Amino acid sequence: MIPADTSGARRGDTRGGAGARRRRPGTGGGQGVPLLLLLPALVALAFLLVPLVALLVRAPWRGMPEQLTSPAVWQALRLSLVCATAATAVSLVLGVPLAWLLARTEFPGRGLVRALVTLPLVLPPVVGGVALLMALGRNGVVGQWLDAWFGVSLPFTTAGVVVAETFVAMPFLVISVEGTLRAADRRYEEAAATLGASRFTAFRRVTLPLIMPGVAAGSVLAWARALGEFGATITFAGNFPDRTQTMPLAVYLALQSDPEAAIALSVVLLAVSIAVLAGLRDRWMTAS
Amino acid sequence: MTRTGTTGHDRAGGGTGASASGGLDAHLVVDRGTFRLDLALTAAPGEVVALLGPNGAGKSTALRALAGLAPLTGGHLHLDGTELTHRPPESRPVGVVFQDYLLFPHLTALDNVAFGPRCRGATKARARAAAAAWLDRMGLAEHAGAKPRRLSGGQAQRVALARALATDPRLLLLDEPLAALDARTRLDVRAQLRRHLAVFEAVAVLVTHDPLDAMVLADRLVVVEHGRVVQEGTPRDVARHPRTDYIARLVGLNLRTGRAEGRTVRLDDGPTVTTTEDLTGRVFVAFPPDAVTLHGSRPTGSGARNLWHCRVAGMETHGDRIRVDLTGELPLAADLTTVAAAELGLHPGTEVWASLEAARAHAYPA
Repeated sequence: MIPADTSGARRGDTRGGAGARRRRPGTGGGQGVPLLLLLPALVALAFLLVPLVALLVRAPWRGMPEQLTSPAVWQALRLSLVCATAATAVSLVLGVPLAWLLARTEFPGRGLVRALVTLPLVLPPVVGGVALLMALGRNGVVGQWLDAWFGVSLPFTTAGVVVAETFVAMPFLVISVEGTLRAADRRYEEAAATLGASRFTAFRRVTLPLIMPGVAAGSVLAWARALGEFGATITFAGNFPDRTQTMPLAVYLALQSDPEAAIALSVVLLAVSIAVLAGLRDRWMTAS
Repeated sequence: MTRTGTTGHDRAGGGTGASASGGLDAHLVVDRGTFRLDLALTAAPGEVVALLGPNGAGKSTALRALAGLAPLTGGHLHLDGTELTHRPPESRPVGVVFQDYLLFPHLTALDNVAFGPRCRGATKARARAAAAAWLDRMGLAEHAGAKPRRLSGGQAQRVALARALATDPRLLLLDEPLAALDARTRLDVRAQLRRHLAVFEAVAVLVTHDPLDAMVLADRLVVVEHGRVVQEGTPRDVARHPRTDYIARLVGLNLRTGRAEGRTVRLDDGPTVTTTEDLTGRVFVAFPPDAVTLHGSRPTGSGARNLWHCRVAGMETHGDRIRVDLTGELPLAADLTTVAAAELGLHPGTEVWASLEAARAHAYPA
């Protein structure tokens, strides 16, 4: 009796449909979920889902083909995908070694370094953009030398977009990979060492394959964060169509002049996000 | 001490003498504050040495120190005349079979075995050919492409052994090599492991808390307790002449200490016991529990030799017999048949007389 009830309730919850809610009063009151928890939970669920549903409801479906085939949308979408992917790649190349350093070595001030790495997670992105300008702007602490020695100037370029996105996205990857590294069985590395593997070989051939689920999860998080990046990008790289105007920037701009276009662009971003989540769900959500 | 022929000169030499002669010459000191390992260990090429001891005795620490995974805080390590004391694990000619094998889960059996040769500079093709040959030798040729999770416990153990041997180690270390196996598999794997160890021409050191594994696999036992060697010798010597309570319990003997004058030994517990050996001075006295006979009343006719008044402290079934723990004049364990136990009406607290055949009580110098 009781097991049947609870399993029914659980099935209802995962579906999250109206059917489950209608069945609940019939399942014997106090046995199930307390009302004081259930009500806020349902409000939270609605709060998260209603805006997305509203977006779909109000989407100009009839005009959609026209909106989506406009060169401006494609430019922004292509730029967004390229920059987010590039930012993820940079985060991988630099962030995985940083995660390894934090997880596998002891050095003075390691705790402080770890805290600083996570700072961009909580820092308002606009502040990040300003900070990047101070560092890499033409007159920035580092930027003046880049300009003087190499003639390289990052602000207001596509490379600048990648820099801004990397700045906000890399911490997600580092934290995720570091956590996986800490949880991974270090004895495999010891086994590799007894077989003659240097520490780097052990990392490359044993540790890295073993922590792949964590790396994948971190990459997805970083990629999604980079794709949606707005504040640091617009501050550091500006808003130039086909150069630095990514989708979020295009959405914001369109909302002021052409709301229908903004909605259409938002639907595209929503679709990309859902596709990524669905595509990688089995690969990393279950693995970790 | 019992096998002075092979290893005595190594131990006496300590440094250069042992190094020149080949094999293992180690003095492992690992200090961890609350625990200190201080263990001298020597072995000739081709010899299989078992480190036997209870959990927490420091056996695994000794093994990790030999592999370079636990840094030595003192002592030295020479292998075939080469100083390895401070070499990192990856540049030691040492192979390790870990307790739960630690096969790399993302690599096939073949690539697991090829990993070592590859790291030591072989080309991919050569490493794989060598690995295939090793798997073939282990009777695992058809499992070469299998990932570790598809292998049975026994197969995984053999892959781990092949992986350790594929680097041609001069020292093979095995950490509880049979502990992860069920009883049935254990029997087969133990026999196979024995064959492979018999043809292995370098030094093998295995760590175990199972006396049977140690006795079947090793040429020599080194018994470790509290980080120190408490006894060493051939399995036969150690089993017959235990020198600590731990070994005595493992091999199922009563062990007492005392002072001998001829065939009579005055035990430290108080009473005397007559033994088969004629000795003088401090001795151990060992006798099997089934050499003890229990009587409900003081037996008439026999002299007072090897007869003690005791009380039953506990009883448990032990195979097809009953093991009785006795306290009183002389604390000891006695084995008797279920029928005998029933006839005596034994239960905790019963007063009995215990007699021991002098022919089965052995004394040896302490």
